[in-house]
Amino acid sequence: MEKFTKLTTTAIPLPIENIDTDQIIPARFLKATDKKGFGDNVFRDWRYDTEDGSLIKGFPLNMPQYKNAQILVAGDNFGCGSSREHAAWAIVGFGIKVVISSFFADIFKGNALNNGLLPIQVTPEFLKQLLDTVQENPDTQITIDLKNQVVEFAGVHAECHTDPVEVQGRSTKADFDIDPYKKVCMINGYDDIDFLVSKKEAIEAFEKERVVFGR
Amino acid sequence: MGKTLFDKVWDAHVVDTIPNGPQILYIDKHLIHEVTSPQAFNELEARGIPILRPDQIVATADHNTPTINQHLPVEDPLSRNQLEQLSKNCKKHGITLYDLGHKYNGIVHVIAPELGITQPGMTMVCGDSHTSTHGAFGSIAFGIGTSQVAQVFASQSLLLKKPKSLRVSVNGILPPGVLPKDVILYIISQIGTNAGTGYFCEYAGNVFEEMSMEGRMTVCNMSIEMGARGGMIAPDQTTFDYIKGKKFAPQGDAFAKAVSYWKTLPTDADATFDKEYHFDAADIAPMLTYGTNPGMGIKINEHIPETGDMTFEKALEYMNFKGGSQLLDTPINYVFIGSCTNSRIEDFRVAANYVKGKQKAPNVNAWLVPGSQQVAKQLEKEGLVTVFENAGFTMREPGCSACLAMNDDKIPSGEYCVSTSNRNFEGRQGQGSRTILASPLVAAATAIEGKIVDITKTILA
Repeated sequence: MEKFTKLTTTAIPLPIENIDTDQIIPARFLKATDKKGFGDNVFRDWRYDTEDGSLIKGFPLNMPQYKNAQILVAGDNFGCGSSREHAAWAIVGFGIKVVISSFFADIFKGNALNNGLLPIQVTPEFLKQLLDTVQENPDTQITIDLKNQVVEFAGVHAECHTDPVEVQGRSTKADFDIDPYKKVCMINGYDDIDFLVSKKEAIEAFEKERVVFGR
Repeated sequence: MGKTLFDKVWDAHVVDTIPNGPQILYIDKHLIHEVTSPQAFNELEARGIPILRPDQIVATADHNTPTINQHLPVEDPLSRNQLEQLSKNCKKHGITLYDLGHKYNGIVHVIAPELGITQPGMTMVCGDSHTSTHGAFGSIAFGIGTSQVAQVFASQSLLLKKPKSLRVSVNGILPPGVLPKDVILYIISQIGTNAGTGYFCEYAGNVFEEMSMEGRMTVCNMSIEMGARGGMIAPDQTTFDYIKGKKFAPQGDAFAKAVSYWKTLPTDADATFDKEYHFDAADIAPMLTYGTNPGMGIKINEHIPETGDMTFEKALEYMNFKGGSQLLDTPINYVFIGSCTNSRIEDFRVAANYVKGKQKAPNVNAWLVPGSQQVAKQLEKEGLVTVFENAGFTMREPGCSACLAMNDDKIPSGEYCVSTSNRNFEGRQGQGSRTILASPLVAAATAIEGKIVDITKTILA
């Protein structure tokens, strides 16, 4: 797994709630037996016209102003539905390293962390400010500092402050939570398999004591 | 303080606790299928790690299999390759596989209970979010990603943080025509699609106590649609009677011993939950969804809400419905009865009972997909295949089919499908398809009438 410490980049706004993993990667693309190539089909049916297969120009992932962004900012309850880890592979494959939302579905969150994709949960207010800001100014740079658990972007959205001059040179900042164990994994690029394999003795000792009735 | 059913099962499976971190949870049974396992096998291979307990893994082919001509080679080369990978991997590692055509083949969440693999007090996982189904037996069962499939392969364990506890109680008498599917669609419509995120849910109350195991499985199956990783129902005599005599169930003295242990599992009277909801059974009606997530549900004769946020408007536009309108009389050309939610024998009995002696409307394509070979055999035995065929329905072979439309069973773009499956997401049943989730009874009635009808009136008449 790739290490993650600090990242400064632009973001793609996707202000839609309840984005399910079927939208992130439709089932018909789950026939592969390796992890490659899913990025090409991320949000396939939102990026391409169902009838004629043409690119939908108004969809944020297709807009030139968001081309090199490495952060996806999405509405509440991101990644709900199917457990398919292909959704995390598709987002990573597209070049995204961080997803920011006000709420994540459990399984997606776990899958993301297991693939070096950082899910950052922020308050609905912060999310709105960030969405508004990157929609108004796609060049907005956002910094993710995993060590200090801080997300920060330049400027304060106009609606939040009466004096626009005040806004100059200021930034909006928020702390975010991450499981301490997962944080260590992300920073060092560790994954759970090695850790679990190292616990083999304890697992085997447990097996001798566990309750088993059936076959 | 007392313990919940969930606490009891969880605590009995904790191998170790990392200070300030997750716990190592031991997994009793690991179910796998062709779509979410190949990358996990590859991962272990690449690292040179063996599979720790192949005898605790059971495999089936279900997600990406055809539901016609299963005796012939699979036509699509990508699908064929995926199925071959599963066979090869299982053979190599000594894992039991109920492959296409095997008498025990079927949807993973249908076959494990019917073979007695699923038992109370167990921890079970599968690379599929509807693994919550098995919680109907009082087991902790939940869906995992492929990285976690690899972790269980390597260690028969997972690193997890204990979720919070949630209880949904439904008491009272269900009105006529209300099935377990309606109960769970109602609950989700009331509490929303993320009310359960971070929680494990227990369903309690006389409504669940009086349900069959099939009904309980339908309810627990959709726990994930309200965000809960899993749902559980306390094991009782109904559970024990269902398991007794099943192929992999404990036999003889072992069964008696198991039952006495299982009887200790239900939630203690003084146990508390982090969150509780209570509903009155009398308020539940046959349900339909009108939007693009399972929480967007209404009673069959209700109106769609007038307005909502941007996500609501987007969903209505996709579905081509108007705020404030009713779904009754909407012409329907596709009906699907199947999926891990509603493809068990009881689901088909309900549908057949309604269909018997009637004719399917000429505009409707009605697909019936049994959950397993054993369900298919039972349908034949009870004469239900004849009932359906006489009514003009098409009986297909077992598999996940049009629930996720990975195979050729796709609903055409723009068409509505009244479906007994679990998800009405955009394009779930095929690009541009529009899914309306319902019970097997409402689905059967829709197929006969060619449009959505108020089943409560038909039944009362």
